[in-house]
This record gives sequence, C-alpha cells and structure tokens, in this order.
Amino acid sequence: MGVIVDNMDLWGVALRNTLILFFAGGLLALVLGIIVGAMRVSPIPVARAFGTVYVNLIRNTPLTLVFFIFVFGYPQLGLPKLDTTVLGILAIGIYTATYVAEVLRAGINTVPVGQAEAARAIGLPFGQVMTLVVLPQAFRSVVPPMMSVFIALLKNTTVAAGFSVLELGAIRANLSERGENALAVLLWVAAIFVALVLLLSWAQRALENKWRIAR
Amino acid sequence: MTSVLYDVPGPKAILRNRILGAVTVLIVLAVLGFVGYRFWVTGQFDPSRWYVFTFSNVWMQILKSLGNTLGAFALAAVLSLALGFLLAIGRLSDHAWVRVPVTVVTEFFRAVPVLVLMMLLFYGLPVVGVKMDPYWAVVLALMVYNGSVLAEALRAGIEALPRGQKEAGFAIGLRKSGVMRLILLPQAIRAMLPVIVAQLVVTMKDTALGFIITYPELLYYAKLLSSQQGRPILQSAFVIGGIYIVMCLILSGVAKWLEGRTRRSPKLKGYTPPTGGDPRIHGDSTVTEVIALQRGAGKFDGTSGGPAVGG
Repeated sequence: MGVIVDNMDLWGVALRNTLILFFAGGLLALVLGIIVGAMRVSPIPVARAFGTVYVNLIRNTPLTLVFFIFVFGYPQLGLPKLDTTVLGILAIGIYTATYVAEVLRAGINTVPVGQAEAARAIGLPFGQVMTLVVLPQAFRSVVPPMMSVFIALLKNTTVAAGFSVLELGAIRANLSERGENALAVLLWVAAIFVALVLLLSWAQRALENKWRIAR
Repeated sequence: MTSVLYDVPGPKAILRNRILGAVTVLIVLAVLGFVGYRFWVTGQFDPSRWYVFTFSNVWMQILKSLGNTLGAFALAAVLSLALGFLLAIGRLSDHAWVRVPVTVVTEFFRAVPVLVLMMLLFYGLPVVGVKMDPYWAVVLALMVYNGSVLAEALRAGIEALPRGQKEAGFAIGLRKSGVMRLILLPQAIRAMLPVIVAQLVVTMKDTALGFIITYPELLYYAKLLSSQQGRPILQSAFVIGGIYIVMCLILSGVAKWLEGRTRRSPKLKGYTPPTGGDPRIHGDSTVTEVIALQRGAGKFDGTSGGPAVGG
C-alpha cells in the first residue's frame, strides 16, 4: 500500500491522464466511427470504397505504429505544436474509430431487410423507418460489442506509455526513479486495470439486460 | 440494390447520390491534399530524406528485424494456441477445483493490458531475481493474453454446439476425454477458425508493443533509423508500416478465405456457428426459428464478437 500512499501525486496524475485518453479518445472514436460506419453502409459507392480502405488500412496497422506516426511524425510537418497527450488522443481515437465503424456496420446488418421493406410498404417516410424500425433493432445488437471495443480502448491507453504520456502504463518508469519496487508498482497497475475492466463489463451486462430483445 | 437503409434509388435519389459522392471525393482529396502539401512544404519528399533506404545494409537490418518480429509472433502464436486449448478445457471441467481457478486466471489475463504484462515480466521480475530477455517477455506476455482470449473463443464455440452432440457421444460409450477430443473440439475448432485466425492478426500487431520494452523488432528499428542522416522519421514509419500492413493483410486474407470455406463446408450443415446462432442475428432464418432457438438453446452469450475485438 505504501507504494500508492507515498506517491499519491504521481498516481493521481497518471490515473487522470489514463481517463483523459480513454474518454477523449473514446469520444473521437465514436464521432469518427459513426461517420465512417455511415460511409460504409451508404448507397454511394465512392463513400463505401473510402470507408473500406480506411478501415482495412488502420485495422492492419499496429496501434504502436499509429502512435509513432502521430507523436514522432506530426511535429515534422511544421504544423502548430500539440501536446503529446493530444497527439495520443488523436492516435488512439483514429485507431479505435475503425472498430466502432465495424461494430455499427455489423449492427445495421443484423436487421433483416424485410423489416425496412415492411416499414416502407406501410408508407413510413425515411426518417420514421430509421427511428421507429431499423435503429431501435440495430442499437440493441450494437451495445455489447461496442462495450467490448471500449474495454479494448481502455487497455490500449497503456501504449501511450512508450510515447512520453504519463499514464498508468508509464508510472513504473517515474516511480523507479524514486526507488520504488517495480514489481509492486506494476502489480498495482494491473489491479487497477482489472478493477476498471470489471466495472466496464458490469456496465456491459447491465446495459445488455436493460435492452435485451423482448419477444 | 435494396438494403435496410435505403430503397432502390429513383431519378432524384440517383442525382443526390452522385452529388454526395462528388462531395465525398472532394473532402477526402482536400484532406489528402493538405497532408501532401505539408509533406511537400517540409521537404518530406526530398531525396535526402529517403537516402538511408538506398543502402543494402539498411534493408538487411530491416529483414533481420522482420525476422525478430516474425520469430516472436510464431512462437507466441503456437504457445497461445496450446494455452488456449488448455484453458478452454479447464473452464469446461466438471470439477469446481479446476474450473474456478482457471476461470479466474483467464479473466485476469484478459483484463490486464498486454503492455503491462510485458512490463511485469521485463521490469517487474528482475526485482525477485528473475532476469528476462525482452524476447521472452514479449512471447510470454502475448502467450498468456492471447491464450486466454482464444480460450474464451473456444469455450463459446463448444458451448454453442447442440447438446445432443455430447449426449450422443456418451451414448455410444465414449468417455469424457473422447467426447471432447473426437466430437466437441473438432466441430468447435472448425466453427471458430475465423475467430482464431483474427486473433492471430491481433497477436501479430501486438508484437509491435515489444518496441516499448526495447525488443529489437521492426518498429524499434524504425525508431533507430529515424535518427539517421536526414532524420527520415515519417519515411521509416511508412516503410515499416507498409511491411506490417502487408503481413496483417495476408493473415486477414487467410481468415476471410477460411470463413468462406467454413460457410460452404458440408460438414457444418445444420450447425450455425456461435455468431450465426446469436438470436439477434437472423440472417436467413424466420422469426419463428429465432424464437425456437431462444426457447431451446436459451442461453445468450454476450461474448459473441468480443474475442475478435482487441489490439
């Protein structure tokens, strides 16, 4: 316990940065993912093609490399200087957006075409077909895998440790300088992640039960 | 073409789609053009920036790093498959003293980030006197993480099999091990093969984390290169990134091919793999069938689609 109590300042900053990366990265991933997901299911072939290229390109690149390009590569372009935390958020958001887009696309695809056809047949306009028939069904099947994406996002925030963002993954280096036991520090970090992931999977189960299909 | 989202387009919709298509192209070109312009202005296309890649020595080093990446990946893949089977069978055990600890261990390794596991092995263990090579830290961390994820996938595959399979196995006089080995596992493996290969792609991508604990793999070499003459930071990132993308695309291609083959395989007739058995995904089954499936099979496993998500 001493490892935590004696270094409360560092742990506080690290936990805060991890949560900043998680929430800001998650928000960026959601916004970008919805746009790309919409492109991938749109009736416009060009938009579908761009969406597919983006998803396939980024999904087959290691997150570490995406971080590398943003944190080391971005400053090379002579654009306004950005903090490494901001660059980290961009990297993790752009990477996770591909997973969000895929989850959304799969969710839309679970709705049988007949549902929309029936809705059109009884004369509902596009807006109502979406809000009353298609999206409520798609939403239910999107929630559990979306939460899995966010659990993965939370764990992926540790990659920022290699790129001088002080978050939970990087705290070992800082505490080693203060002469703390690296094994104890890392075990605490692991325990914090287990707790956070358990919290998220509890939320996942709760939401899933709340919106379970009732037939 | 008709879909859930849109009908066959009429003349108005065709025109609108064309305009939207043009707008999309313009936006994407604008973004790419801006990035390209910044590249041009800061001299990223300058020959001096790419100079290092003219040395055959550099390419030999890249090949060597690629060998290191693939070496870690190959061993981690084999070991994680072995561990995955072990943990999956442990989780399905009839004995609580096997099942409970194995479940706890699997859930623990699934919840801890791979990088933290690598750091535990590389920086944490020397404290108690176990010195570890970065190679082994990478391989063992990937093994326990991907092993637990694969165990979950296999378990889901086995539990999704119709109960009659197991009962029939016992009825013809097989023992527990025989039922598992001859009846349940072959079907589950065949059904989960795409998920397993997709997880191997994740393993391949995660070898890049070795960069952070100084394992001399591809990305580590990219970092070394970027301090060379001309400081080719973006250039080495693109060259190395290209190599990663090609390797992962090959593996993803294998996954897709296997998925197509599995779907056509006559051996799987009458059995819908877990994702297809998901009551929410009703591809070509009627609602009545789905209801029957829900009443009969009952259990919905929320982990469907989960294992493939990661990185």
